[in-house]
Formats: sequence, C-alpha cells, structure tokens
Amino acid sequence: MKLGPALLKVHLWLVLGFLYVPIVVMAALGFNASPLYALPFEFDLVWYRALAGNAKLIDAGIHSVGIALVNTIIATALGTMAALAFARYTFRGRTVMQILLFPPIAIPWLVIGTAMLVFFYWIDVRRGLFAILLGHVALSLPYVIVVVGARLATFPRAVEEAAATLGATPWQTFRRVTAPILAPGVIGGALFAFAVSFDQFVISYFLAPPGVTTLPVEIYGAIRKGFTPEINAISTIIIVVSMGVLLLTARFYRFGGER
Amino acid sequence: MSAVVVTDAVKRYDAVTALDGVTITFREGELFGLLGPSGSGKTTLLRAIAGFVTLDRGQVLIDGQNVGGVPVHARNIGMMFQSYALFPHMSVAENVAFGLEVRGRPREEVARRVQEALAMVRLGGLEQRKPKQLSGGQQQRVALARALVTRPKVLLLDEPLGALDRHLRQEMQVELRRIQRQVGITTIFVTHDQEEALTLSDRIAIFDFGRVIQEGAPMEVYERPVTKFAAGFLGEANFLHGRVTSLEPGGLARVALEIGGAASCRLKGGQVGQSVLLALRPEKITLSTEGEAGMNAVRGNVLDVVFSGNSTTYRVAVGEQVMTLFRQNLSQGTVAPGSDVVLSWSSDHLVQVTP
Repeated sequence: MKLGPALLKVHLWLVLGFLYVPIVVMAALGFNASPLYALPFEFDLVWYRALAGNAKLIDAGIHSVGIALVNTIIATALGTMAALAFARYTFRGRTVMQILLFPPIAIPWLVIGTAMLVFFYWIDVRRGLFAILLGHVALSLPYVIVVVGARLATFPRAVEEAAATLGATPWQTFRRVTAPILAPGVIGGALFAFAVSFDQFVISYFLAPPGVTTLPVEIYGAIRKGFTPEINAISTIIIVVSMGVLLLTARFYRFGGER
Repeated sequence: MSAVVVTDAVKRYDAVTALDGVTITFREGELFGLLGPSGSGKTTLLRAIAGFVTLDRGQVLIDGQNVGGVPVHARNIGMMFQSYALFPHMSVAENVAFGLEVRGRPREEVARRVQEALAMVRLGGLEQRKPKQLSGGQQQRVALARALVTRPKVLLLDEPLGALDRHLRQEMQVELRRIQRQVGITTIFVTHDQEEALTLSDRIAIFDFGRVIQEGAPMEVYERPVTKFAAGFLGEANFLHGRVTSLEPGGLARVALEIGGAASCRLKGGQVGQSVLLALRPEKITLSTEGEAGMNAVRGNVLDVVFSGNSTTYRVAVGEQVMTLFRQNLSQGTVAPGSDVVLSWSSDHLVQVTP
C-alpha cells in the first residue's frame, strides 16, 4: 500500500533527473574555468566574458532575436485573422484549409526545409534573413491559428451582441469586448510563434547564406569545428530565454482562460 | 400610444419560414410575453426587433420610427440574454457602466447612474466583483441593470428566467415585474414556459409555425382559446368532439358529444349538423359520485387518482375518451379508482376551438 506512491515518486524524480541533469551539467560547465571541461570545478566567468567579445555569436544572437520578434508580429497578426475567419465565417474550402494546417506541425522540419530551399530557389527568393523569416512565419502560423482558435472556440458570441444592444459600434465592441477576451489566446499564440522561431535550426540552416547565421546555426557550426565552454555559456542563455517564454506561455495559455 | 409596432413580418431561412406574416402592436409600458414552442418564430421576432435579424418583408417601428435600416447599436434598445452575456473581463460596475461609456457620458454621471441601477436591482456592494464570482440570480440582476441603465426605449428579454432553478425563478418573476413597473418601460419577452407567461405578462401572443395564433390578456387567452393548439399549449384542456343538433334562442347550441351525452354551449355561428370541437379546462369540471348523466353531464369511471397536495388530478374514462380533471382538496377526501362518477360543467366553460 505505501510502496506504490513511494515508487511513483522515485519514478518521477528519475524522469526529471534524466531530463534536467544533462542541462544542469552543461550549464555548470559554462562557469568552469577549464577549456577542456576538466574537473575539479573552478568557478569562473571567463566564457561569458569571451562570449561578450565573440562578434559572430553576438551577430547570430541579434539575428535570432530580430527574426523571432518580426516573425512573432507577422505570424500573430496573420494567425489571429485566420483563426477569426475560421471561427466566424463559412466559406468554400474552410474544412480543407483547417485540415491543411496540421501537416506543417507534423512533417519533419528537414523535409519542410528542403522543400522551402527548392521552392525559394524556384521563385527566386535568395537565401538570407528574409527567406529565413518567411520560413519561420510559415512554420509558426499553424501554431498561432490553433492556439487562438482554441480560445475562440469557447468565446461567448452573445457578449458581442450584448455590446451592440448597449450602443457599442462594431469597432467599440471589438476594442472593448472582443479583443480583451481574446487577448490571453493571442498572447499565448505570440509566445508560441516566438519560441518556434527562436529555437528553429533546420529551416534557418537551409536558408542561411554563407556568413549569415542565427544562434542555433552558429552553435551547430561551432560544435562541428571543435568548441570551448563558450558554447555552454550561450546555450545557457538560450535555455533561460526559452524557459522564460515557455513559462509565460503556460501562464497566459493555461491560466489566462479563467480570468 | 404604441412603443413598438411590427407589421407583416416575414423571415425565411432556406426551407424554414421563421416568421410568416406577424403583426403585433406592443403598447407603451406594457409587459408582453411571446409564447410558443421552440422554432415557432418568437425568438426570431425578438431578434428582428433588436436588429440582429433582417426581415424579408414587413417592418418594425420603434417609437413611430421605421428601424429597418438602423443597426443594432443605434436602436436604443435594452436586451437581456438567456446566458446573461455579461462581459467576463469586467467587474459588475464596469459591466453596467459599459452602455453609458460607449455613449461618451461624463464620468460623474456614469458613476451615479451605475449606482442607481445597481440599487434598483438590489446589488449595491458587489460593484467590484467579477461575473464569475456571482450566483445565477445575481448575474441576472447585473444583466438587467446593464440593460436598463441606458434608459432604452424598449427592453427585450430572451428566455429571461430559463437558466434559474424553480425557487429563484419565482423570486425573479416578482422582481422583474416590480422593476418593469417602476421603470415603466415597454418590455417584450420570449418564453416557452406557459406559467411564466401567464404570471408576468400584461398581454401575450401565442406563436406556432411563424404565426401569431392568438393575442390578448393572459386570462382572456386562457379562458377563450381560439384554436386547439392555443388551448393545449397554454394550460391543459380536454377536447370533446360533437355535432350540433339544434340551435336555441339566446345563442346557445345543443351538441351531441361523441363520448355520449349532450352539451350546450355558445358557438361562433354554426348550423345544425355541423361538427364542432370543444375545449374544457380540467379545473372547470365538477366530479360527483351521484347524479345522472344529462345536459352538460356525463358518466364515467375513475382510472387513476394523483394526489398532489393542494389538488388531486383524476383521469376518468368517458366513453372512448379519457378526461382529466383537477379537484381542489377541500375536505371531501378522494374518490377511489374504479368508482362510477358523473362529470359536469357549465355551458360557459365549453369553448369552441378550431382543430
């Protein structure tokens, strides 16, 4: 009787340990002085200092954050409009279009990356930050539509009618009633779009021209060349940012619905 | 004076005719109930008055003005929804203030009128609560305060009490009536609950298949239904088939009933040999264990007896038919099933209806 719950607890800690120990070790070694990951541990910020002077990594970081932000704005705007159209209007091909939203989430990114590379070459879009941005928007759009769509599915339509009977014009109704009620879903979708773009490697790798990289691409390149704990330092920063975005998503998406 | 006039309203959805030529005049300050089964067109009419439904034909006048081209937000109406449709992200005070704020009223006036409205529905002190933190009855009061605070020309209620339990519903009926009288606003409400319609309304209209079957004061419609549907929908009724055997001076006709026996009643026109359908309310029938069959009296046999506190319901086999009657529980006790009884009634209570 007592053994069951105890075993479950052990199991839970094993799973969490399996997930997080490598990350914690990786992060810890970023603060270790040895360039060869040699122990004993000796605390030093030397790799963070080196990172501050690494122009290529910083450039890549700026690209990543910049693309992620622009991607978030575009994908959230387009995705929210699409979700509204799916929820509010019936039109030819609506069901087909809704079904077609899901393959981009399920198809391996490698395949999508290859397809985009070929397609962009074909329509004469050069490899570069713009192509990467297009790829990211295409990839994060379905996530936004699904997240905002989930919020819309429980949207009480009668409140918009109530607003109209109280004298609110369509614009006033949208601004003061529809938008605030949808906001948690839209913010959740935006955070998803940011995370999808910021963590994206394959598409960025395929669409980046020589000399221009994003953070994940740069890290991949560095690892292949032979690397120093600088990579641990930048990875730790990425993890902190990603986890932050994820926690914010959880907060808005999960709990936002009840407020 | 007439606040709202609907003339010859027609609305079709593909194969369904929701409104099939409805004409009703809603008088200034009255509480008017639209009653009917679901799909009978009553909600469509309410939504047409609100402006959510565009009529295919006919028109809606509010205060003498044809509102055909006027959008919902410019109609100056108040509407309460079945789900209340409170704004979930706003407090009680913000919900009530909404209609005044979108009209750009000054802040002091908004605050004062919100307070007045909440006091009227007896919700003072709950201003800062969110709708989720309120009970169903409280949410309803907020919805009512919000609908009335803008002083609309007409108040529309869509199944106002449908979501409440029985006890709260009766309490809110009284409350709604009090507030409606106090404000004096023309109020139109939709319900499928006949008791609610009878209790609340100054006048009612019974809908079926997109048409008004009958319109009038609740007692008038109840006592003198014009069709079998109206008689059966509003309360219960026994229906007796018969054939006119003679017409007497004074307007009374003698009718030979299919269940045996004879009745006398007032007919609308009619001639000897014509077949008629008569409605008879269960509470108008007198049951006795002695006496003879005769004019307005038939013999029967008690099938079953249901005691329900203040009254008892009897089902009595008369000829081929089963008649239902209610008997007030005074002190006479109940008549056992299987007893032979005589059912009698007064000519005034037989109402000719169209099948």
